[in-house]
Amino acid sequence: MTATTAAPARTYQLHTRPAWRRILLTREMAIIALLVLVIVVALAGVRNFDSPLTVTYLLRDTAPILLIALPMTLIIITEEIDLSVASIVGLTSVTTGVLAQGGWPFPLAAAAAVVVGLACGFVNGFLVSVVGLPSLAVTIGTLALFRGIAVGLLGTTAITDFPEFWSDLAKANIPGTPVPAIMIPFVVLAIVFAVLLHFTPFGRSLYAIGLNKDAAQFSGIDVGRTKFILFVLSGGVAGFAGVYFTLLYSNARGDNAMGMELLVIAAVLLGGVSIFGGRGALHGVIAGVLLIGTLGSALRLAGITSDIINVITGILLVLSVVSSSVLAWIQNRRAAALGRKNGRRAQSPD
Amino acid sequence: MTAVVPSPTPGTSAASRLVRHVATARETGILLALVLVVVVATVRNPAFLFSSDGFRDLLLTPSLLLLLAIGQAIVIITRNVDLSVGSVLGLTAYLTGRLFIDVPGIPMIAVFLGGIAAGALLGLINGALVAFARVPALVITLGTLYIYRGVNVAWAGSDRINASDLPPDFRGLGTGQLLGIPILTIIAVVVLVVAAWYLRNLRSGRELYAIGSDPAAAHLYGLNVTRRVIAAFVVSGALAGLGGVLFAARYGTVSSGAGVGWELQAIAAAVIGGVAISGGVGTVWGAAIGAYLLLTINRALPILGIDDFWQRAVVGVLILGSIVLDRVLAVRQSRRLIAQREIGR
Repeated sequence: MTATTAAPARTYQLHTRPAWRRILLTREMAIIALLVLVIVVALAGVRNFDSPLTVTYLLRDTAPILLIALPMTLIIITEEIDLSVASIVGLTSVTTGVLAQGGWPFPLAAAAAVVVGLACGFVNGFLVSVVGLPSLAVTIGTLALFRGIAVGLLGTTAITDFPEFWSDLAKANIPGTPVPAIMIPFVVLAIVFAVLLHFTPFGRSLYAIGLNKDAAQFSGIDVGRTKFILFVLSGGVAGFAGVYFTLLYSNARGDNAMGMELLVIAAVLLGGVSIFGGRGALHGVIAGVLLIGTLGSALRLAGITSDIINVITGILLVLSVVSSSVLAWIQNRRAAALGRKNGRRAQSPD
Repeated sequence: MTAVVPSPTPGTSAASRLVRHVATARETGILLALVLVVVVATVRNPAFLFSSDGFRDLLLTPSLLLLLAIGQAIVIITRNVDLSVGSVLGLTAYLTGRLFIDVPGIPMIAVFLGGIAAGALLGLINGALVAFARVPALVITLGTLYIYRGVNVAWAGSDRINASDLPPDFRGLGTGQLLGIPILTIIAVVVLVVAAWYLRNLRSGRELYAIGSDPAAAHLYGLNVTRRVIAAFVVSGALAGLGGVLFAARYGTVSSGAGVGWELQAIAAAVIGGVAISGGVGTVWGAAIGAYLLLTINRALPILGIDDFWQRAVVGVLILGSIVLDRVLAVRQSRRLIAQREIGR
């Protein structure tokens, strides 16, 4: 458990911070501020960063990560993890390609791919919720399994022939703006997920599960069913991302999106979601994904090779989690000191 | 959750005998599966085992993964995970090559020590971050996976180490044999035996299991959780470092992509071998057999008439099968223990 859970137990006097501090001094805001800072510095210092084309490519390429990060956030908030998402992208990409090549009308092939994604999520959900296995182990297994099926189906061949109408649509911009059209379904999905997570009993129950699974179960939340739904959702969204990925690069291969799972998880954690569950918000996650994407894009434009981007992603990730631990420790110390001053014994959360 | 049953006198009570029985059964099962794969593949194509190359490859191919799987098993037993081993292996493999190029005439032992020390240092960074910042190992080592790999790529660039850069003696180590057994395999097995003995017989080894079963209880009991966890990561890093040196010896060419994705293979080997991802359960023997099974199946598939491309799917089925099996065994065991308690009353 994070140390912050210990704080609200004491008197109100200690913890009524002014409203502006409660809203502004959050991890999510810190990431958003960092994102703004990176954008400002890049605009000032990197040539061509202000070109509309940069925005287009940046959003186009990060769209799959943005999409998959939505359900991943919900899953990590319940203290589970889904490592198989990139493999699902690969498998649904292959599904789309094989079916489209086999003469299916493209929309039908795409729908079938999303169904395959849902089925993959079903397998994960079944093994986690019904059989009761740890999701880390399960999804390492299905990571290999789904990728294996994808590679097995196509081998080293690639399908690159797709109806022009659909591949153009995937690359199209919203008329009059440099913003790619994929942002429309993304924004719709983001709103749906944000409402689901932050404003419905279902969403709030995810936090309860993440903080204390047993307590959540006893308070009437069907923990197993909830997790099941989340894994199926994750599979479905990954399936949709797979179709988009295929169209964007006009390429269906077994090894599409290899390794993307780690990038998604890094972005989600960077966005302030606690790997211990029970903490996090979608605006932070979206800022986290965009931060990684923007940094990469700015550095590439500045002529720095993409390897440094990996180092920076790693350092950001480590710093973001370590800093929250350090902050919690300081807060804890301060609460303890105040507790002593007020003549009470402060309790350590550990 | 975990199958380790605390008992005041280990090795005497019925419960601990049962635990031991189940544990043995688990590793025996994987071993039987390995033997089965080898036998079937050999029946199909006798050269799989009964040719000098076949026999050598059978032993040699999994040796490097074996080292990583041992380290991974030790870390997972403490209820942590080390995702950075592939990157550590890549970095130390490149370091090995650079040492031979930049320091002409460097003794081989110095290179070995250098690689192991570098790996241990990288492991120490992981361990210190995990233990002191109280951040889950999954996150930290995911971060260092990127960082170490990035450092490697930034250092090496498009440059690569070629076999001609390495001294022939060193290359001979990678391909050489002693009494018909590859030297690499001998090194890996020595490490395996030492690790297994340590985990089974030494107090600090047993403490790793206690920490993995219940970190809070281990802390309350007075175990130095921080130090043990750091030590586990250092060992994992050092073994990955040794793996890196041997990687250079075995393959001769080292690009900046060496060892990419090996972390998942190492975890898979441990999981297949019965090391529970939730900590406290499993042996390095199991992880070692898991590593052999994983890579032997890969080599056997084409002989069995299955396309190479399905290798990964088979690996996935293996992982899922073994964790489901572990779950079934654990449930059955806990039922049996409850039944025993009822009788005992």
